[in-house]
Amino acid sequence: MREKAKIMDKEAIRRTLLRLAHEILERNKIIENLCLVGIRTRGVYLAQRLKEYIYEIEKKIVPLGILDITLYRDDLTLIAHQPVVHKTEIDFDITGKDIILVDDVLYTGRTIRCALDALIDFGRPKTIQLAVLIDRGHRELPIRADYVGKNIPTSQKESVEVRLEEIDKEDAVLILEKDG
Amino acid sequence: MDNIKWTKKDLLALSELSKEEIELILETASSFKEISTREIKKVPALRGKTVVNLFYEPSTRTRVSFEIAAKRLSADVINIIAETSSVRKGESLIDTGKNLEALKIDIIVLRHNSSGAAHLLARNVGVSVVNAGDGWHEHPTQALLDIFTLKEKFSKIQGLNVTIIGDIAHSRVARSNIWGLTKLGANVCVCAPKELLPQDIEKLNVKATTDIDEALKDADCINVLRMQLERDERSVFPSALEYFKQYGITQERINKLKRKILIMHPGPLNRGVEISSEVADGENSLILEQVTNGIAVRMAVLYLVSQAK
Repeated sequence: MREKAKIMDKEAIRRTLLRLAHEILERNKIIENLCLVGIRTRGVYLAQRLKEYIYEIEKKIVPLGILDITLYRDDLTLIAHQPVVHKTEIDFDITGKDIILVDDVLYTGRTIRCALDALIDFGRPKTIQLAVLIDRGHRELPIRADYVGKNIPTSQKESVEVRLEEIDKEDAVLILEKDG
Repeated sequence: MDNIKWTKKDLLALSELSKEEIELILETASSFKEISTREIKKVPALRGKTVVNLFYEPSTRTRVSFEIAAKRLSADVINIIAETSSVRKGESLIDTGKNLEALKIDIIVLRHNSSGAAHLLARNVGVSVVNAGDGWHEHPTQALLDIFTLKEKFSKIQGLNVTIIGDIAHSRVARSNIWGLTKLGANVCVCAPKELLPQDIEKLNVKATTDIDEALKDADCINVLRMQLERDERSVFPSALEYFKQYGITQERINKLKRKILIMHPGPLNRGVEISSEVADGENSLILEQVTNGIAVRMAVLYLVSQAK
């Protein structure tokens, strides 16, 4: 894969997440009912940042959970190597809550399908809303995001890579293209 | 950790696993542990898979633990107890395995009284085989759950002093623990009356002694093995009471150490034979935590072998 274009830099990601935080607060008037759940791996860091922005804006701490969707995947028998199962950490009751599910890139929608199944095993939230940094299209399931950082039309030969300082040493969103 | 792949279709013995493979099982188990604390204790990872518990020896806790583990992964579970099956009509282990395979099952969990039975079966069937104890050879998931429990308490195994006390000669639990613990860098000491201590056991990189005070001196944890009274060890040892006097883990013995020492036991307990009730039920006993952790470890094993590529 070679780098085709840089879509977002550190500042763009910051402004976008701040806007998403405002949108989330605008739609969810009762902050006490709000919870963030990040999907491993990068969704967790994005959810952490949203939590910080929400605190900056409203001075209120929103609970944050971590979801590992590996055990809910529908392609375990298809992928070349099984992914390592990491911990799911949701140490609050989600029943009756407004959950903001956070992921980096929305693509086929299959990850979100897994996440919905997993979340519903934890309880019955009042709502589940989806926040993503990038929506790149090509859905295979009837799933849409409620909060989108940026829509990036892509071809299926391309891939979108979100890099975050917490694990990738830089903040950036790149479009990569297969060689040749 | 993310770079290590599980490639084995079976889990047969800790002696044949690498340190990294053992660590991957433990890491996976720690992710699975939380599932049993949920209100809905189930994930769909093994949905549509069938697990057969094939048991040629009486066992309740291991079988139930495997059954719960498989069910929490959404697998279907069948239990075959040898005494009530075609085995009584003389069907061989391999034939039984091949018939199960023809029934399109996915994993056989095998408990057998002959050492090497799990290997034999695994060589002859394409489905996954998980060894749930074979003769005096190995009981890998028991050792994995023991090591998992230790890792939770001490956060690492490297450098830990673990003493195993009891019938070392006839214990598959001891053997699997020795393999697993030494691979992860623990210092293992085994202690038993000399009739129950194999002469060449030190070749496995452990210290061996018949002196219980010596065995307890530096131990961070002791794993107390069950005196297998059904194997008629009275021939080896005059009486259960005699064993208790010399090797039983009692509060007095622990108090003499003047420091905290954690107690494990694979169960079922012979209270007043290898361990006193006071110790078994005491604050430093990990015995029931071991039982809980057994589910997570077995979930991890079933998951890994079922996804092996």
